[in-house]
Amino acid sequence: MNRRTSFVRNIDWTIVLVYLLLVIMGWVNIYAAVYNEQHKSIFELSQRYGSQMILILAAFVLAFVILLIDLKFYTFFAYPIYGFSLLLLVLVLVMGREINGAKAWLFIGSLSIQPAEFAKFATTLAIAKYLSAYNIKVTSLRALLSVGVLIFLPMLLIILQPDAGSLLVFFSFSIMLFREGLPGVVLLFGFVIAVLFFVSLVVLKVYIIAAIVLIGYLVFMLYTHKYKETFIGFSLTVTLFVIFWGIAKIAFKQVDFYYIIAASFFLSGTVFLVITFFRKIRHVAIFVLFLFGSISFSYSVTYMYTNLLHGHQRDRMDILLGLKQDPLGMGYNVNQSMIAIGSGGFAGKGFLQGTQTKYNFVPEQSTDFIFCTVGEEWGFLGSLVVIGLFMFLLLRVVFISERQRSTFSRVYGYSVASILFFHFAINIGMAIGVLPVIGIPLPFFSYGGSSLWAFTILLFILIRLDASRLELLK
Amino acid sequence: MNPYAIRKYIVGAIFVLTGLIFVFRLFYLQIIDRSFERSAENNSRRLITQYPARGLIYDRNGKLIVFNEAAYDLMITPIEVKTFDTIEFASLINLSIEAVRLKIRKSKVKTKTNNIFKPSLFVSQLSAENYALLGEKLYKYPGFFVQTRTLRKYANKTAAHLLGYVGEVDSSAIRKDEYNKMGDYIGISGLEKTYEIELRGRKGTNILLVDVHNRVKGSFLNGRADTAAVVGADLTTTLDANLQEYGEFLMQNMRGSAVAIEPSTGEILAMVSTPTFDPGLLVGRSRAANYSMLQTDPQKPLFFRSAMANYPPGSTFKIINGLIGLQEGVLLPNSRYSCSGGYNYGGAKLLKCTHVHGTLNLLQAVSQSCNVYFCNVFKNILDNKKYSSTNQSYNLWRNDVMSFGLGKKFNADISNELSGNVPSSGYYDRVFGKNRWKSSTVISLSIGQAELGITPLQMANMATTIANRGYYYTPHLVKKIKNRNGIDARFLEKHITPFDTAAYGVIVQGMYSAVNEAGGTAYWVNTQSLGIDMCAKTGTAQNPHGMDHSVFIAFAPRENPKIAIAVFVENAGYGATWAGRIASLMVEKYLKGTQTRKPMEDFVLTFKYPKK
Repeated sequence: MNRRTSFVRNIDWTIVLVYLLLVIMGWVNIYAAVYNEQHKSIFELSQRYGSQMILILAAFVLAFVILLIDLKFYTFFAYPIYGFSLLLLVLVLVMGREINGAKAWLFIGSLSIQPAEFAKFATTLAIAKYLSAYNIKVTSLRALLSVGVLIFLPMLLIILQPDAGSLLVFFSFSIMLFREGLPGVVLLFGFVIAVLFFVSLVVLKVYIIAAIVLIGYLVFMLYTHKYKETFIGFSLTVTLFVIFWGIAKIAFKQVDFYYIIAASFFLSGTVFLVITFFRKIRHVAIFVLFLFGSISFSYSVTYMYTNLLHGHQRDRMDILLGLKQDPLGMGYNVNQSMIAIGSGGFAGKGFLQGTQTKYNFVPEQSTDFIFCTVGEEWGFLGSLVVIGLFMFLLLRVVFISERQRSTFSRVYGYSVASILFFHFAINIGMAIGVLPVIGIPLPFFSYGGSSLWAFTILLFILIRLDASRLELLK
Repeated sequence: MNPYAIRKYIVGAIFVLTGLIFVFRLFYLQIIDRSFERSAENNSRRLITQYPARGLIYDRNGKLIVFNEAAYDLMITPIEVKTFDTIEFASLINLSIEAVRLKIRKSKVKTKTNNIFKPSLFVSQLSAENYALLGEKLYKYPGFFVQTRTLRKYANKTAAHLLGYVGEVDSSAIRKDEYNKMGDYIGISGLEKTYEIELRGRKGTNILLVDVHNRVKGSFLNGRADTAAVVGADLTTTLDANLQEYGEFLMQNMRGSAVAIEPSTGEILAMVSTPTFDPGLLVGRSRAANYSMLQTDPQKPLFFRSAMANYPPGSTFKIINGLIGLQEGVLLPNSRYSCSGGYNYGGAKLLKCTHVHGTLNLLQAVSQSCNVYFCNVFKNILDNKKYSSTNQSYNLWRNDVMSFGLGKKFNADISNELSGNVPSSGYYDRVFGKNRWKSSTVISLSIGQAELGITPLQMANMATTIANRGYYYTPHLVKKIKNRNGIDARFLEKHITPFDTAAYGVIVQGMYSAVNEAGGTAYWVNTQSLGIDMCAKTGTAQNPHGMDHSVFIAFAPRENPKIAIAVFVENAGYGATWAGRIASLMVEKYLKGTQTRKPMEDFVLTFKYPKK
């Protein structure tokens, strides 16, 4: 068996087929989304569907070239590629043209590229390269910090554009890091922070603090089985609460339960901490400090929310959380998107029959909201097919990653899965109104050269690595 | 083996879980919650209403009375409006710049009823000239378009009250009938209201597909779902336009009413109510202003006297009492009573007569309208020994009176009709106490005074019933509705009075001699020389509003009568002088088609109310 045939045979054709399906389906849906009566041909170059065809053909060439390149190129040039992508991100800040309030595009002749898209696979390569180095363990603080820096640098440059969607994508590396051994507590901590953040915006502060205190005692009791101590601590809190309440009632003639609960809990918590310290009961400090932290965090969220987020981001968040009902204002996009998808029904309105997307009721219907066309014209069945294909792709990438022998390939593969998953989840979640509107493309589907090419490169480097998995041992 | 390999399952589970959440969410959006389908339709379909022309209205001879004229509503789609030359635009539509700015600001306010994505009315009923000017330049004003509507137009300035008018629907009309939509026009009063369903026709709709900018992208299903507008049905009224116009001409300086009916059918030939107004005033953009002007006019031109005014019938009512007396057997055609210029009742009280008539029989009493004679008749009716109490005999009397259509609504096709008043025995029980009243208490009913209130329409119907010698058809205004066979069955039902034809013979004879024999109260206005056999009864009705009302009922010819008429002229004095002349002239006009008595006509036109 000569080496070339084994290479061709080792290419994972299943995933290539899924890739082709997604790209072609994306093209057809772009055609339907921006269909122009005057230019009925899908090959019409003056229209988005025509240019998407060119971009797809170019992507195929790109994919072919990637498969031809020796895989040592990727390991050897991982850092230079990363450096080059950072350079592009700097360049875009200097030379980029501002579109929709963000300097995200570089124009080279008639070609326009989005460096942030390419930064994703460049960062992926760099992390893979770093983590595959000898004697590096994700669990070590040094390794974590180094990976953090690799992720943080492009994020910093993207924040300056600013492009919130691309920025958030970099958080998806945490999935890969989890697989590589990042303690689950860190992820859980992040998850709790996220939940607290949202809950703080929706629920009254006083309920949050009451809930945190109650849940804290409950978890402590169930975890340590120290029923007596729990009872003492809780009684202490309640007693202090009643005393403070009485004082507030008499002295100030008004009662702010939030501060009373907070004061009684902080005081009782401190006392409790001292008592248990002398009794040598473990974990108490972690619990109490965690609860203190949660309370301080929920308190500061409102501040962060009003001061750190941009006006339109806050609006989008408000709409998602149901704090604001404004179907013709900021919520317009999501509302129209849900109308388009919802009106598709079970089997859809049929190819080119979607009125909502075709007549521009849905904004960005060929890019960020391309899923609306699927939902409207192909209905629940079509949506199921698309989600099914993505699910298959993601699990296939995980499967491929797991069969790699080298850390480099596995880390790379998981990063691909993480990035694709993040795009998939945010994009469709936003179109169906379960996540806030964050403008990121649906991989392989959305109109646009940069994202299509970047995802093609991302995926085909993995396919290339996989095809030679038997050669790479490191 | 990598110690963390187990985590691949957690990662896979997160992926699959996310996919499942999406599938459930999509299942909800696309299959369970159907409201999105409607939203999508609202988004992308624009319904263009095709307004049908309203049915035309003709008189009984096929003369066009009411027709349509095109008008142009300027519509605005607020979201599409761009900045434009407000000065030129304002001048094109005859509005001030401030008014235009205010209207645009208002139209852009989002409310429950105002959708800024959908067209709404900006200026209604532009004139043809304005439309012509604006039409050329409309392309400069994106967001505006013109919708063609029709407006009512009147051939003559007659019959305003009974034709009624058309106006924009209000919220209560929309609640009552789903067909009505904001901005539609419906009949508000008169025939326009009664025959709204027939006249309005059916609106059509064109469904257009529009994009997010409301730009038309084509028609929905290539127009297969569109419906064409159906033109409203034309009405042929029973009116004789010439007679109506002539009546209004004669009574132009008076307050009063003249109603003429064709006895053989109940068809109303004319329904004059003065003062009146030009029906054209209540059309178009100035309607609201004109309406409030008419409403505040002290002459009350909007008041439809023919169907709404309660007049005491005065002496014309004597013939009813005569008929009842004959029927009850308390009066014979040759019963004689002596008139010494007044009737004594209730001790020292006296009801005066116009003359000292001496001894008269029934015929003479009708002809010369003797009060004393009919006081005696009325007394005998109520004090009839056949009945146990005044109450009982009064109730029978009242039933007989009401069999002429008096004291109740006809509920035909005349809007705003009132019922008039024939007091019940219960009413007198309340006023005087039970069994505390008798014939002498209510003696003025004998000569059509007291609480009696009769509308001119009812009065004309009374004349009709006598002309027919005992029956009438419900008086009505519409003869034919286009594309529909026959008229309402209600109008074909004969209402019969409980009196012998013979009794009518005597009364008709009396009415004939009133006109045609010297000494008759209506001899002044007789039409013998014209070859018209007219029968009539005069009345001079006392009323609390000043001078007596001049009242007159008549029909002609005596045999196979073609017209029955009742005329009231408020505060004009003696019956034959004004009301009689008007009736006589109108009868001639109707029967002969022309008018030969210029001096009489001129005399009527000299009428003037004394300045207050």
